[in-house]
Amino acid sequence: MTARTLFEKVWVAHVVHQFPEGQALLYVDLHLVHEVTSPQAFEGLRQAGRRVRRPALTVATVDHNVPTGDRAAPIADPIAARQLEALAVNARDFGLELFDLRSPQQGIVHVIGPELGLTQPGMVIVCGDSHTATHGAFGALALGIGTSEVEHVLATQCLVWSKPGTMEARVTGGLAPGVTAKDLILALIGRIGTAGATGHVIEYTGEAIRALSMEERMTVCNMSIEAGARAGMIAPDEKTVAYLKGRPRAPSGAAWDRAVERWRELRTDPGATYDKHVQLDAAEVAPQVTWGTSPGMVTPVTGCVPSPTDFTTDAERRAVTRALEYMGLAPGTPLEGLPIDRVFLGSCTNARIEDLRAAARTVRGRHVATGVRAMVVPGSQQVKAQAEREGLDRVFTEAGFEWRNAGCSMCLGMNPDVLQSGERCASTSNRNFEGRQGRGGRTHLMSPPMAAAAAVAGRIVDVRSWGREPAAR
Amino acid sequence: MTEPFVRHTGRLAALPRANVDTDQIVPKQFLKRVERTGFGPALFHDWRFRPDGSPNPDFELNQLTARGATILLVGENFGCGSSREHAVWALREYGFRAILAPSFADIFFANCCQNGLVPVRLLPQEIAELFRRHQAAGGEYQLTVDLAEQRVDDGLGFRTTFAMEPYRREMLLHGLDEIGRTLRVEDRIGAYEKGREAGNPKGLPAGRGKGETW
Ligand code: SF4
Repeated sequence: MTARTLFEKVWVAHVVHQFPEGQALLYVDLHLVHEVTSPQAFEGLRQAGRRVRRPALTVATVDHNVPTGDRAAPIADPIAARQLEALAVNARDFGLELFDLRSPQQGIVHVIGPELGLTQPGMVIVCGDSHTATHGAFGALALGIGTSEVEHVLATQCLVWSKPGTMEARVTGGLAPGVTAKDLILALIGRIGTAGATGHVIEYTGEAIRALSMEERMTVCNMSIEAGARAGMIAPDEKTVAYLKGRPRAPSGAAWDRAVERWRELRTDPGATYDKHVQLDAAEVAPQVTWGTSPGMVTPVTGCVPSPTDFTTDAERRAVTRALEYMGLAPGTPLEGLPIDRVFLGSCTNARIEDLRAAARTVRGRHVATGVRAMVVPGSQQVKAQAEREGLDRVFTEAGFEWRNAGCSMCLGMNPDVLQSGERCASTSNRNFEGRQGRGGRTHLMSPPMAAAAAVAGRIVDVRSWGREPAAR
Repeated sequence: MTEPFVRHTGRLAALPRANVDTDQIVPKQFLKRVERTGFGPALFHDWRFRPDGSPNPDFELNQLTARGATILLVGENFGCGSSREHAVWALREYGFRAILAPSFADIFFANCCQNGLVPVRLLPQEIAELFRRHQAAGGEYQLTVDLAEQRVDDGLGFRTTFAMEPYRREMLLHGLDEIGRTLRVEDRIGAYEKGREAGNPKGLPAGRGKGETW
């Protein structure tokens, strides 16, 4: 048998039909649905008189525009309420399970999939959301799709896709103290660029990846899309199995044993080849901070804002000039020491329990700087409940953070959580695009400990040295 | 059924920016609609309009010469970021039929093909040449995009070909509905489901996460 990559194994197992023109029809094991990218798809089904082919493989939740304040209060935004209502009606009409605002399992779609054990190795998983790549941390082939494709999957349980290329991102060495999975993936994106993996599925390999926890692996896979890849994958191992064991939707009993046996086959065979390679030494990665309006515009926290003249092409120089103008930054400004107005701890990249623990360790016994508004938005109601059991909510609230209900919140600012124009924000989310967190808002992406430290210091600091200083004031 | 695209001649609008993300094409405040329509006014909203709602005279699409443009010329990695198909609906509703770029983000490219918006990949130097010609013509510049022949031609000496996967080309040429096409091989889906049940005693995804799944 020829040696195959993890991606190829999952791909081959799901090909339903090969169209003569080249595309494959791939079977989908899990289709996750949320309120923003689905209403037009359900409407399409209705107009064509079609049903959902496999309602049992389709799970819906609300996350993108839900308010994260008091759940008992009515939704202030009537248009958002209409979209939530539309999903409720669609779930009912088409027989889909829905985790709505009243559900204790509600949360960001990419947080609740793994948490419930819905996400499993070897699956093909799709969702009308580009950060579906997150689920690849389990060795699933998970990718974001557009609304027409959502409709296609609902109707046929299949996705039409031409086989993408493969890219190995090998990460050797180990992360230094104070450096996280977020820094690792930001450094990788900085290296290969935001289109570096376009047309490819990334497989993350190497001892630094093996050393990561499942939640850290999710952070890495989550941002594959920011490197241009539609999906990122990590081969399952004992950590994957341990994570899934006992989860409500994971198999149990004899079915569990059989599943685990199969999952063990899910790794790239020795001698299998990839179309592209990139290598990174984890030991060389410092905490990362973005300075511009694209995740690839990133530098170690010890670095400075670059100058347009540092770049070679006209297009790059134009983009950097524009980004610096938008960000209100002059070339040569050190990132460290940059004052911030807001802090957002949240998103499907960094709002799981380990993220909140790491941030809480940084702020414990300290207080948010005067004039800074900081919020924590757990990735799911279950993460929130867990954090409350551990007393993390008190650590945060005593330090002056707002403690909120689960949702996407200020990751994209569809709900009332937005930046005002000109406000500078330390954010654990994944996109620093113009206006992403609010029109005119300036986003600096970084890890949870870095964002937590920035909240306390009122400026961007290097957690590695800052942690050792006596707590200021 | 989307509008078929065989060949189209139209005015070019130039947006010389790279990595234009879908958050810029349709900002999130417009994503709350539950219809496929009504996104035209939202196109490039935060670039097209100033915070007070008046048109931003500096923005490329607000130039007089860009009025009525149906072909958009852009920099590399166009449509990166969010998977929102709303971006494509907005471009179509605004009037665009084709986009010319050195490269597109994957999900955006697929979304274009679902909606009769033809994403044309040309070489970086060809795109640069088109930007030059557009500028030299003071913005008064027309092109023909011929999908049947897979050719771009300005009638003034610029003429090149482009690649398009046969499957996507067929869909665009005939305005085909992808679901209808897949349902023509529906028996294959049923056979696959049965095959997995039979060949794999562990069965198909039983749903609700209770079964084994691959
Ligand atoms: S948290 Fe942000 S990136 Fe993640 S699904 Fe929500 S909006 Fe998208």
